[in-house]
Amino acid sequence: MTDTDNREPAEAIELPAGSRFVASGSPGLFNGMLSQSGSRGALMAFASTILFLVVAAVIILNSDAWPKVRNQFLNWEHFKASFPDVLAAFWLDMQMFVVAEVFILTFALLIAVLRVLRGPAFFPLRMLSTVYIDLFRGVPLLLVIFLLGFGVPALDLPGVPKSPMFWGIVSLVLSYSAYTAEVYRSGLESVHESQRAAARALGLTQWQALRFAILPQAIRNVVPALLNGLVSLQKDVALISVLGVREAVREAEIYKARTFNYTSLLVAAILFLIVSVPVARFADWYTARDRRARTKGLQ
Amino acid sequence: MNHRVRLEGVHKRFGDKHVLKGIDLAVAEHDVVCLIGSSGSGKSTILRCINLLETVDEGAIYLDGEMITRRETDPNLVRQFVGIVFQSYNLFPHMNVLDNVTLSPRRVHGKSKDEAEQRATELLERFGLSDKILEFPDRLSGGQQQRVAVVRALATEPELLLLDEITAALDPELVGEVLGVIRDLISDGMTLLLATHEMGFARDVATRVCFLDDGAILEEGPPAQIFSDPQMPRTQQFLRRVTEAGRL
Repeated sequence: MTDTDNREPAEAIELPAGSRFVASGSPGLFNGMLSQSGSRGALMAFASTILFLVVAAVIILNSDAWPKVRNQFLNWEHFKASFPDVLAAFWLDMQMFVVAEVFILTFALLIAVLRVLRGPAFFPLRMLSTVYIDLFRGVPLLLVIFLLGFGVPALDLPGVPKSPMFWGIVSLVLSYSAYTAEVYRSGLESVHESQRAAARALGLTQWQALRFAILPQAIRNVVPALLNGLVSLQKDVALISVLGVREAVREAEIYKARTFNYTSLLVAAILFLIVSVPVARFADWYTARDRRARTKGLQ
Repeated sequence: MNHRVRLEGVHKRFGDKHVLKGIDLAVAEHDVVCLIGSSGSGKSTILRCINLLETVDEGAIYLDGEMITRRETDPNLVRQFVGIVFQSYNLFPHMNVLDNVTLSPRRVHGKSKDEAEQRATELLERFGLSDKILEFPDRLSGGQQQRVAVVRALATEPELLLLDEITAALDPELVGEVLGVIRDLISDGMTLLLATHEMGFARDVATRVCFLDDGAILEEGPPAQIFSDPQMPRTQQFLRRVTEAGRL
């Protein structure tokens, strides 16, 4: 070894305080991101957030159009006036959301299971589910809502519901199920082949192996991804407003049309946030907990 | 002689790879037949063919005199009489030990929950696992997991047990406890067909040893003959290498 680099191994090992790998006085940006435990990191995060907000506020508040915009979008009187109706309509959003999610989780699981079935006898079912997934992942959700919501009732078929809300929910279920089925499928494929072999070797049928051995593991693997889909669906129910269903966004637009003030839309936005942020935080918390539980076995 | 399982001219190919090249093998009741040979010689494939996890391309397999390599055979019925234990244990990680063991007795063999759990508890106690009944597999050592896997296979009361290098993934000091379990089974009169790298164990317990090379049984006989007086040059070479590696 030449003397040009000042390496002194024996000493370097003993010197964590003056480590060459931590710049002195550095706040440890990555440490702060990885764990909020360091009070210095937390302070830094807090300060930079405040700074960002202040700069953004100064820029916005000093723009020429601000007073006009504030009156159009952030009018307290209009906020109060529109709130009760928008909130009542938002309740409908939540009902549609829950109904749609229940059907999506069930229907998508069926599609995914059909897609992973083995044996030549199941080829038509595999084919069907593949075509379904391709179709509904390929067409924009908004188009599905328009086509089913306006198209099917126009056919005037006997015994077929004409309610736009019904077809709006059907559109959500069809479109989201295609994505969710792929989430389930990735979960099914993440379970090692040896688990299936073990189940079959014990005499379980293909269905029993799925039901008792594969699915419980597969679903556990994709819970974070399913929760992510939940957050997304929660706001996409608002798309049903294009069919004239008086949910929150529709109700806000009606108010806007009557008063020429946009604050009602902000009311709707806030209501959606109140629901989606906790769900998103829950998803993060669950994912982190699950990861800890899994890595524990490795240590 | 009454054969539990008999293979006649079994061939198996995976794509271009000719893995089994005409295997003839018979295991009688209470036999302990050890398959030895290097990795990739076809030991595991033989076992997987017998419980129909793989289909054979040519030849036939008979279980208790009945040909099982037919289209009409229900593999699930065959597997109710043939247990298998894998090298990597393959316990179900989302189930505790008791649920792992009782799954097949309850769902396949139609036992009641109480009946299945009572039998499972007896077996687990017998193999020194009574304090692990409610543990999940990831909380157990490799040796304990493999013993649970053996109990899981035994709980279905198989007539023939296939063991696929069940100690190969274990820490050396955990091998003994699993081999001890196998000795117990042998003294019970269980019919065993096992693929193994534990030559000392094979010499000790086998009624017959088959040396496999490149998909064919090159030499077979009683362990004393195979290990002390192998006839084929390839067998001699294999055993010399194993001895040099300190495994015999």
